[in-house]
Amino acid sequence: MSHLVSIDNVDMRYGGAAGTLAVSGLTMRVDKGEFAAVVGPSGCGKSTLMKLVTGLHIPQTGVVIVAGEQVTKPVSIVGMAFQNPTMLPWRTTLENILLPLEIVEKHRHRLRANKKEYVEKAENLLEIVGLKGFGSKFPWQLSGGMQQRANLCRALIHEPDLLMLDEPFGALDAFTREELWCVIRDLHAAQGVTIILVTHDLREAVFLADKIFVMSARPGRILKEHRVPFERPRDLEVMYQSTFNDMVHELHGEIAKARVVA
Amino acid sequence: MSAMTETATSAAAPAKPLMARINWVKAAPWLYTIALFALWELLVIALDMPPTILPAPTDVFAAIAKYWSPIWKNSLQTLYTTTMGFAIAVVAGLAIGLFIGWSKTIYAGLYPLMIGFNAIPKVALVPILVIWFGIGTVPAVLTAFLISFFPIVVNVATGLATIEPETEDVLRALGAKKMDIMLKVGIPRSMPYFFGSLKVAITLAFVGSVVSETVASNYGLGNMMSSAQSQFNVPLVFAGLLMLAIEGIAMYALMAWLEKRMTGWAHRSTMAQ
Repeated sequence: MSHLVSIDNVDMRYGGAAGTLAVSGLTMRVDKGEFAAVVGPSGCGKSTLMKLVTGLHIPQTGVVIVAGEQVTKPVSIVGMAFQNPTMLPWRTTLENILLPLEIVEKHRHRLRANKKEYVEKAENLLEIVGLKGFGSKFPWQLSGGMQQRANLCRALIHEPDLLMLDEPFGALDAFTREELWCVIRDLHAAQGVTIILVTHDLREAVFLADKIFVMSARPGRILKEHRVPFERPRDLEVMYQSTFNDMVHELHGEIAKARVVA
Repeated sequence: MSAMTETATSAAAPAKPLMARINWVKAAPWLYTIALFALWELLVIALDMPPTILPAPTDVFAAIAKYWSPIWKNSLQTLYTTTMGFAIAVVAGLAIGLFIGWSKTIYAGLYPLMIGFNAIPKVALVPILVIWFGIGTVPAVLTAFLISFFPIVVNVATGLATIEPETEDVLRALGAKKMDIMLKVGIPRSMPYFFGSLKVAITLAFVGSVVSETVASNYGLGNMMSSAQSQFNVPLVFAGLLMLAIEGIAMYALMAWLEKRMTGWAHRSTMAQ
């Protein structure tokens, strides 16, 4: 019973009773410390899933439980990162990373008095993602990949139990993406954080996740749940094994079928 | 180093010394202004215009020299009413803009009212202001304020209304209240819009104060020009216009400088170098 996230038979409809049904009968569980990936055809309600888990949307029917509590308002134990890094251009990278601490109830009253400790933590995170010494730069002085690294730091600064990633690597070139996969892999291994990754990239999902959920076309529900069998720590080489490719192929087939049904 | 080599090469190659050393982009505003005055002077000479219809620039400058004392006094008065009205507009515009941008309901409710109000010609309000406050400085200040606060409101509200939804989601998921989002994102984000609008607002403020001075005041450039016009002293009218143009350019430049100072992060292309 160590589910960190548990979603039970959830319906979410936008725009009143006659609005579009985004997800329907959605059920999924993610254990503490697990790395879960969610894949599916476009418009299947993956972003809705993100908002349900973080408490930005409250479902009309069904229950979302995060860390043992039913979600009725935004849960502050999560960190979020989107495809768009959304760094604030008037703050330096370091100030951007410290932003969540100015918001989260637990930290905001301690921030001023313990600034040094928090800055140290931020710089430590910057070093982990390979941005050592870039804290004083403004976001627009960084490349897209570097901004996305900083975005990950911002999502992690308040030590969330759960990290929600919505296609964070979608806009990056292939090599930068692989580099950041390794960054995320190492962060997950080092910090024991639970991660839910929403993605279109099947290789990304298989490489990173312990568990992959395949969603149906709108209204979204879970069609199938896969365990990823590869040993950790995984090397990028794993992607050139035939078992890896078989799994990607299988997922691809399932999503193609889900698209046709829709 | 580069300066030394530059002078060395220009000394070594005297074929194009002067033309190459002038920064044409920097000189252009002055050259174009001089060219405009020269063209104007030539036109007056060529068409043999009497100074009561179109005075030549030399007549205008002569008028400025001749009436320097009243021109100076009235220019200061106009500058005073304009900046007063503008200052009130900045405070009120910022406040109303933040208020409107705060919620969708307030935005929806007040926006049509604001547009309707803005559509009213401000010159039509001057008589009402005169009934309330008498003639002179107060109606001029108020007209400048009324005409210039609208662009400030619209720009501040736009800055607040266009926060990226992802940024809002990231913060709201952390438990941010509306106030947090406003303070951390909304207000800093709307600052470039705000400072940009000041440039529009200051020139409009001049329009407002001069209109009011023309109709209902015993001071200011507006009043000076209307009395000069009634005496057919057309060079003095043009002298007033010229002073207004100079004041307008100076204040605009001040606002542009302020914009660059305060929101340098929004002008990344020049900062990055």
